[in-house]
Amino acid sequence: MSTGFHIVVCAGIVPDPLQTLEPVSGPQGWALKNEMMLPACLDPWASHALFEAANLAKNVSDSKVWLVTLGPKAKVQQVMMTMAQKVPFELVALDGAANGFTDAAETAAALANAIEGIAGLDKSRLLLFGGWESASRGAGATLQIVGERLGITEQFQGVDQITIKDNGAMEILERVEGGSHQVSECSSAPAVLGWATGNLPEPPNNSQIGMQNMRLIMPALQKAPATKIGTADIAYKGIELPKQQRNTRIVKDVPVEEIAREIVDWLRG
Amino acid sequence: METILYIATVEKDGSLAKGALEALYAALELKSTLSGAKFVAGLIGTDVQAAANSIAGCGAEKMLGVSGSDYSQARYSSDAAAVTAFAQAAQATVVIAPGTSRLNRVLPGASHRLGGVADLHITSLSADGSDLTVVHWHYRQRMKAEYQRKNRPWLLAIDPGIYPVWSGAAGTASVEMVDVALPAVRTQVTGFHTPSADEQTIRPEADLLFVAGAGWTKKQADGQTHTADAERYILGFLKATQASLGSSKSLVDLGGEGQDVLGFLTHLNQIGQTGATPRHPKGLSTCCHGEEPHVVGWRFVNERRAINLNANCGWAHGKADVLYVADAFEVMKKVIELL
Repeated sequence: MSTGFHIVVCAGIVPDPLQTLEPVSGPQGWALKNEMMLPACLDPWASHALFEAANLAKNVSDSKVWLVTLGPKAKVQQVMMTMAQKVPFELVALDGAANGFTDAAETAAALANAIEGIAGLDKSRLLLFGGWESASRGAGATLQIVGERLGITEQFQGVDQITIKDNGAMEILERVEGGSHQVSECSSAPAVLGWATGNLPEPPNNSQIGMQNMRLIMPALQKAPATKIGTADIAYKGIELPKQQRNTRIVKDVPVEEIAREIVDWLRG
Repeated sequence: METILYIATVEKDGSLAKGALEALYAALELKSTLSGAKFVAGLIGTDVQAAANSIAGCGAEKMLGVSGSDYSQARYSSDAAAVTAFAQAAQATVVIAPGTSRLNRVLPGASHRLGGVADLHITSLSADGSDLTVVHWHYRQRMKAEYQRKNRPWLLAIDPGIYPVWSGAAGTASVEMVDVALPAVRTQVTGFHTPSADEQTIRPEADLLFVAGAGWTKKQADGQTHTADAERYILGFLKATQASLGSSKSLVDLGGEGQDVLGFLTHLNQIGQTGATPRHPKGLSTCCHGEEPHVVGWRFVNERRAINLNANCGWAHGKADVLYVADAFEVMKKVIELL
């Protein structure tokens, strides 16, 4: 009997964090200004989940990693040019909206359907990975709902570490309040793990892995089904950038002692 | 007409944490503005009576409870079942909970079981007649969205540090215990990894957030790095002020890349685009740089000052109240002496 994991990583596409973002309202609802022009990347916390998944698959024999993503096909392709070179995975793509104004439950339903459709996926060995919240909607809700739709009742959020013990159980560290981690032991798969940062650095590009991945990525993109994701019952009253601009007082060419004194007075004030 | 259900988990000592009392304040404020709303409370824990007594004066029409050893630990399977059972027992249309790690973990799943919707990280609740409006920040605190929903029940987790702490009368509460059908449980919480008091640098309740930027580990004017000095100054300052320590992403990432970094920093200290956005009354940033995306780390800090060698730094311009253009090593050394 196989003991490896089937690890499915759910990861969205988000604008590169360094881009200036501006919400705009149009006939199709809310979107980002020039959304299709913005350089994109794989959602940062979901990227950590992918790297952790690949590491786990490397260390537990007979494991496999799928990456399930929902986004405009052209954007997904752009992001895959980079991500494909990082770690081995098989892509499952859905062609649909990826901005932060869509509804988490609708997204979750689409992702769950896609996961159900993965050929050869053994749900008894399934570890559902993803970021504990996205860098777009930031709902922190999608992965839990995907898990519920797949019938998974062992879920963990803010995960920074997973260790497989000798008896096959998983020891999982989750972020809790005050800079601490809660340690849990889950006896077996299936489970949902919403990752925080984890412990692994971003892997360097590996062209050999890239070539292997791309053989499956391009067909996956070609057959990515058009998936309509909307705002469900959300009625936005307004979306705006913070307007507060502080009138910064610049203190320059002042002796260090004087600056230190002012800071201490402020701290004690 | 809405039925508001307030849900909180009870601490090990039988009390309700500050965040739970903030969420209670928010729920009661909403009840007072939402026309005709009913209010029910539900508590989860090993023993909920003491906590129920402590909020007996909150005016709940009903106080629900789930207790026993299964609820002593923060675990998805048991907590999601408890939240679902509460919402069904109360016939809740709106559920308000503190945005703790424990309840954030389960609210979305419970909403699916209830056929409802869930939103976490809510920063404001308001009502106009019978319409409930919430505020949530999108794109990692970079834009503020106000919205309403029609679907019910609507489960909402309130971020901590926003609302005042509820401080009504205690009394003797009559708690109606709710039966919960637990699924087969495969998870046990076995402990916690918590730094010792001396090593702990994350203090959510601190008056001050001290932000250490990447500049601390860069080459200084003499062409050398001075990481040991940086560690001494930062830890000395934290010890003297009991401030909470945040770091920029680049600083913690350097650790992952095997570069020389401040030894006490972990990913948990990370604030900003892919880190935390803590709430503190004051914030002092040192050696930080970057534009808007990096600044979200102190979006919710009230009074902000920065020390930076660059007078035009985007981290501070228009974002901080005061920018000291100076060498942070020299300034912090002197600040510690004065403290």
